Amino acid sequence: MTAAVAVGVLVAGGVYLVLQRNLVRVVLGFVLLGHAVNVLVLAAGGMDRRGLPLIGQGDPATAADPLPQAFVLTAIVITFGITVYLLALARAGGADTERDAVEPGDDGVGGGR
Amino acid sequence: MSDILLVLPVVAPLTAAGLLILLRRGRPESSPTPARGVGWGVSAGVLVVACVLLTGALDGSRPVLRLGGWPAGIAITLVADVFSALMLVVTALLVLASLAFAAATGEDDDRFFVPLALILSSGVYGALLTADLFNLFVFVEVMLLPSYVLLTAAGGGRRLAAGRLYVTVNLLASTVFLAGVGLLYGTAGTVNLGELAAVATASAPAAVASAVIMLAMAVKAAVVPLHSWLPTTYSATGPAVTVLFSGLLTKVGVYALIRIYAVLFDGDRRYLWLLMTAALLTMVVGVLGAVGERAMRPVLTFHMVSQIGYMLLGLALFTGAGLAAAVFFLVQYVLVKAALLMVAGAVEVGYGTGDLARLGGLMRREPALALAFAVSALALVGIPPLSGFVAKLGLATAAVAEQRYLAAAVVVGVSLLTLTSMLKVWNAVFWQAAPEGNRADEGPHDAAPRAPSPHDDTGRTTVTGVRTRLRPALTAPALLLAGLAVVLGLWAEPLLTAAAAAADGLLDTEAYAAAVTAP
Repeated sequence: MTAAVAVGVLVAGGVYLVLQRNLVRVVLGFVLLGHAVNVLVLAAGGMDRRGLPLIGQGDPATAADPLPQAFVLTAIVITFGITVYLLALARAGGADTERDAVEPGDDGVGGGR
Repeated sequence: MSDILLVLPVVAPLTAAGLLILLRRGRPESSPTPARGVGWGVSAGVLVVACVLLTGALDGSRPVLRLGGWPAGIAITLVADVFSALMLVVTALLVLASLAFAAATGEDDDRFFVPLALILSSGVYGALLTADLFNLFVFVEVMLLPSYVLLTAAGGGRRLAAGRLYVTVNLLASTVFLAGVGLLYGTAGTVNLGELAAVATASAPAAVASAVIMLAMAVKAAVVPLHSWLPTTYSATGPAVTVLFSGLLTKVGVYALIRIYAVLFDGDRRYLWLLMTAALLTMVVGVLGAVGERAMRPVLTFHMVSQIGYMLLGLALFTGAGLAAAVFFLVQYVLVKAALLMVAGAVEVGYGTGDLARLGGLMRREPALALAFAVSALALVGIPPLSGFVAKLGLATAAVAEQRYLAAAVVVGVSLLTLTSMLKVWNAVFWQAAPEGNRADEGPHDAAPRAPSPHDDTGRTTVTGVRTRLRPALTAPALLLAGLAVVLGLWAEPLLTAAAAAADGLLDTEAYAAAVTAP
């Protein structure tokens, strides 16, 4: 139940921030959404089992499921990398956060420089 | 032996990319040739491996590799059935072609271009081979991260804005994907595709979780109504990068949609109407969107959306004939679209613009390029005897066999609209005379200065740039790929056989599951 509420609150906050116009807020929104999904994946392994997941130590019936924890570790690393890159993009755009519309009909010149 | 081959397409490009970045560190001025050589060599090696895997898969073997030697059920599994191996061959071919094109456009002068392209390709190979949903998520991220950098690296204001849109949309889709994987793990207790076979037909929560995964993949594949990020971002980046993206990124989305629906839903006929609606909408909206575009690459990128609908249609029929036609379409389309985008890129590099209003007369000036465009555009439309005809004929007959007359009509109708769009580009860029007067100073992106157009002896004007004709290196990749479209049209039998075998493999979920989970 706690996990469900936590996911709900995080998603609500994340969605609100992602819909903002300022890119830094969008990045913070994605941080919240990432946390929400991490809690969700952890909850998928069962929140009530918290014992050591080591063979020979502790009861297998109460041992935590190590697989979602491994998933979440991987996901945190990936989300962290992308968050930093997004922040770099926000920085590179400088004060340009208000003008982020792209016109598809713009002259499609990419050029080879 | 062939089990070890499975890991090579993932490991070799990653290792090569890492070494390239390390060894060229601190020497930004060194020549791009060594990196080029390594990139081409590794991609050619992967192509050979992929061909070996494909011949093996066509002979009925289904090599399975459990990473780290862990027992089934615990290990991450890589498996190459006919569909995966076929996609692997096409992907490797396209990576090779776009590396060659990048060398011609000068985009690979950037010392990170070749390593990033290699990392991207390794992510794609991994996504095609894996039989584990979380591993699929990781490989999709491995593929997307370099794509973020490639899209924005050589920034300009427009690329930055496009990059933000691209990164945020894909990040959102990845988040949804991970949520879907978590939900599926919570309901089914595993993420191994073999153990998950047909799970969505039996339990409603698992079906919802699988649908969340399908939704995330539909964003990545740019299925209408989740498509609008694609035309705006793809045309904003460098020409070779667009070629690379067009053949790799959305196709992984399509591959995952087909694979997940075939395995998780076991081709459940209850939800096919949903896929059919999405497919028809995607076809129509994509082709209509292209009508309003005024430059070469935006027209072509909008058509990508439309073509994705064709592949989805094969999935939505979920018959042997439909899936085979979809696989055939996917393979030939990757090559044809790459050829078209290479023509557009060559024009932009050589003449400084892709704007239809400012180009003209290239038929006389660049006959080779005009030939490549004509052949690949007709192949895209589906004119016999080119490859697109075989693919679309297959889709239409499969739709009629299922009494889906509306779908068959849309296949033909959208092809006609595609033809008008291609004619628009052909007329503006190649056939009609260049516009009077030099309007090059209108656009801020127009880099190549142009001399006033002199009249030639027929009274027409031609675009006369400071540069003379395009170097053969710019036109050769497009010509080669267009040639492949002719070959695949006239000599379609081998690919048709392979596509039919891939469709059989997709229909036979139990055999796939047995191969993945066998101890």
